[in-house]
This record gives sequence, structure tokens and C-alpha cells, in this order.
Amino acid sequence: MMADRLSLVFGALADPTRRAILTRLADGDATVAELAEPFAMSQPAISKHLKVLEQAGLISRTRRATARLSRLEAEPLREVTTWLARYQRFWDESHERLDELLAALQAGQEDGSAPSSATVKENHDEQDLDHR
Amino acid sequence: MSKTSITAEPGIPMIITTREFDAPRDLVFRAHTDPDLLVQWLGPRDLTTTVDRYEARNGGTWRYTQSDAQGNSYGFHGVFHGNPSPDAIVQTFEFEGAPGHVCLQTAALAERGGRTLLRTVSAFQSVADRDAMVASGMERGVHDSGDRLAELLARLRDS
Repeated sequence: MMADRLSLVFGALADPTRRAILTRLADGDATVAELAEPFAMSQPAISKHLKVLEQAGLISRTRRATARLSRLEAEPLREVTTWLARYQRFWDESHERLDELLAALQAGQEDGSAPSSATVKENHDEQDLDHR
Repeated sequence: MSKTSITAEPGIPMIITTREFDAPRDLVFRAHTDPDLLVQWLGPRDLTTTVDRYEARNGGTWRYTQSDAQGNSYGFHGVFHGNPSPDAIVQTFEFEGAPGHVCLQTAALAERGGRTLLRTVSAFQSVADRDAMVASGMERGVHDSGDRLAELLARLRDS
């Protein structure tokens, strides 16, 4: 995913009104009037939020008779969550293992009883620096 | 539910990670500076971490590789800045698959009634660097189910 698009999506998600609009759209398409209803906001103000969401690719807009319908587009949200989920998973799993290790150390097993195939190399192999 | 909180703000080349551990801070500190302990927790379980060197002192360098069962290996290295203490473990971090893209990491440990809060601030050279690191540096497949979207929407609803 392009970094610029990520920034657009994050920027769009940073606002609570826009998050509420997305949540509403998760239940189905809606007109501007329907989206404005729960907020103490004018329709033009809601339209501005919709424009930001549309630019981030988070919604698309179509016409039904005289009303403009907004629809949730899930893909950018999926990309953002995948992006963060990767990092999240790395640290969640590392920290889970650290939790276990700390518990083992405190239980008096000084070498740690967490199962591990890890090793510490004694010899410094400088050639490894070129390894990818 | 994950207990590690990760914050990445739009437009700012930084990632902040926090996590609380049920252990005194000296022990959490040791787990970060003793390579024999570090290899037992850093990274996902299916990767094997091998430390080449880990000189936890001012100007000391470190390097480790993480390899999977298929034989893929990823190297990382960096330098410690200042003598590491529970107040601040400061080091640079570079993925050898993307040389020149260096990240500055500061880890701080705060004790709260026997528990320890770990806060790590990673400062990247640019927002693009940060996003690339998160997208490709953590080379793990992510199951692409719709679950996360549902979770996100639930989170959006609750916030």
C-alpha cells in the first residue's frame, strides 16, 4: 500500500464524527440526511466529512433518485488493519513470550524454562553482515 | 485480546508501543539487555533468534538474525547510545534488507507496584520509512480474513 494512501486513511479515521459515519455505513448505505440525523450538525458539515472519507477511498457515493447515497468501502480499512496487524502480531507474540520468561525467572528457574531453540553464537562471523 | 498497545499517528514518523508486565523492572530490564534472555522472547515463536553480538553498553554494537524453518534468514544490527539503564535503553535499529534506513529506539521501564510498564518509542527517518518497516520489515504472513475488519469496526463503534 502506498504510504500516501495510508496517511489519507489514517487522517480520515482520526476524526470521531467520521468514525461514527463509517460505523453507521457498516449497517448499510445511507443518504446525507440519514447520516446527519444522529449528530448536531448541518448537512453541509456532514458533506464535508463525507468528502474526506471519499478521498481516502473509505466510501463511495452514488445517486438514488434525488438523494446521494454513501457506501462503505471496506478494502482501505482492511489494508490499514493488515498493515498494523503485522506489527501488532510481532510484538504481541514477543511480549507474550517475555511474559512467560519473566514468570519462569521469578519462579526461580534462573535459566528460564520457556521452550526455545534459540542459541547465542560465541564466534562473531563478520561475513554474516552481508547476509540478507 | 492483545495487551500490547501500538500507536502510529498519521504524518509523524514514529511508533509508540506500551505493555505492562507482571514483574519488577530490574528483571524486565535484564530480559532486554542479557542476550541469553533476549533470544528467548524476541520475535514470533516460529522464528529462531541467533545473537552474533550484543554489547549492552555505550557505543556497543549488536547484531542478531531471525530465521524460519524454511531457511529464510533476516539480519538486524545497531548501536547502543549511552549505557542502557531501566530509565532508557537507547539504540539504533537497522534491517539489513533495507540498509541505510535506520530507526532510533528508546525503551523506558516504569515500575508500578511490582508491575512494570514498558514504553518504546521508535523514531524513523521519514513517514515512508516507518510505513515500509511496518509493512515489510516484519516478514510474517497475516491471515487475510474479514475478522480484523469486524474488530476494527467494533473498536470504532466503541471509541
